[in-house]
Amino acid sequence: MSDARDNGSKAHTDEAALSARLQRLGEGLALKRAEDRSNDASENRAATASGYARGFRLSSELVAGVLVGAGLGWLIDRVLGVAPWGLIVFLLLGFAAGVLNVMRSAGVVASPGLDRGRRKD
Amino acid sequence: MQVDPIHQFQIHDMMPIMTLAGREIAFTNSALFMLIIVFGVSALMIGASAPRAVVPGRLQSIAELSYEFVANTVRSSAGTEGMKFFPFVFTLFMFVLFANLIGLIPYSFTVTSQIIITAALALTVFLIVVVYGFWRNGLHFLNLFVPKGVPKVILPAIVFIEVLSFLSRPVSHSVRLFANMLAGHITLQVFAGFIIMLAGAGILGWFGAVLPFAMVVALTALELLVAFLQAYVFAILTCIYLNDAIHPGH
Repeated sequence: MSDARDNGSKAHTDEAALSARLQRLGEGLALKRAEDRSNDASENRAATASGYARGFRLSSELVAGVLVGAGLGWLIDRVLGVAPWGLIVFLLLGFAAGVLNVMRSAGVVASPGLDRGRRKD
Repeated sequence: MQVDPIHQFQIHDMMPIMTLAGREIAFTNSALFMLIIVFGVSALMIGASAPRAVVPGRLQSIAELSYEFVANTVRSSAGTEGMKFFPFVFTLFMFVLFANLIGLIPYSFTVTSQIIITAALALTVFLIVVVYGFWRNGLHFLNLFVPKGVPKVILPAIVFIEVLSFLSRPVSHSVRLFANMLAGHITLQVFAGFIIMLAGAGILGWFGAVLPFAMVVALTALELLVAFLQAYVFAILTCIYLNDAIHPGH
């Protein structure tokens, strides 16, 4: 992206001094942003700042997965009348989802979406 | 002398407004503090941007630092495209930060220690992710639930797990902020209660009370850090979720 901007700025230097200065400022900012990005070791560095915060984060992920699985299973039981199978299956699935959440937030496995693409690059 | 550590979280009506479907709707202390937060953030931002100085003063520095901080967070975790959500993330961050910080002032009310508030915020984020994800990517958004390179045999189970994992996001998103604030404030209150109880026990208690007092001082500093950290975590998680809406799995 910065290459394209570079060429653009060279073509427009004679047009107006102000726009050239704006371009330079933009380039500087882009450069600084790139630097910042490379300096940023991990996305959630501050989130893992203290052991307490980290432990809390992971446990809430696990509990959330189990709770949502249980809730969904209970709802399916109520609506479809297949008790207790909905609760059993979805509680187990919820537990798996909770473990997946924990592994994701701990950075053991890649999260879906861009993160995976970014790591491949 | 007994100190009730839960008392600080009680919501009481200050001014009845109307009755809706048999339920009384009133202006509560929670609503009052939310108004204070909104006015506080607005006053800071408007007051800070009023001078428009090239070399910023103190107030303008605060505003510029918070802008830079949130903008960097959004850019690093949701990409440059995510900057269209900057106003939303910035609003969330400032609201949560002010709620946490104002809650640390004695006799004030911590809005973010109510799960209904954090759940409402997290659900807003969740709904925006779902609606924007479908609006921008169409059914391609569902690719989020289908990881690549998984054998066909276990794919259905994986999809279910991914969907559950996605649905559990607003829960962990809201519970983390709520529980951190609740636990922190209860701890503070309990240790502060020890001071009063010991001090009531006579001259020897006065010396004993020094220990919990030192603890309260240390805890207050820790709570200040937690207040900031949780606001940041809330904002960065919002960015990570928004990132999924902008770029679902390729």
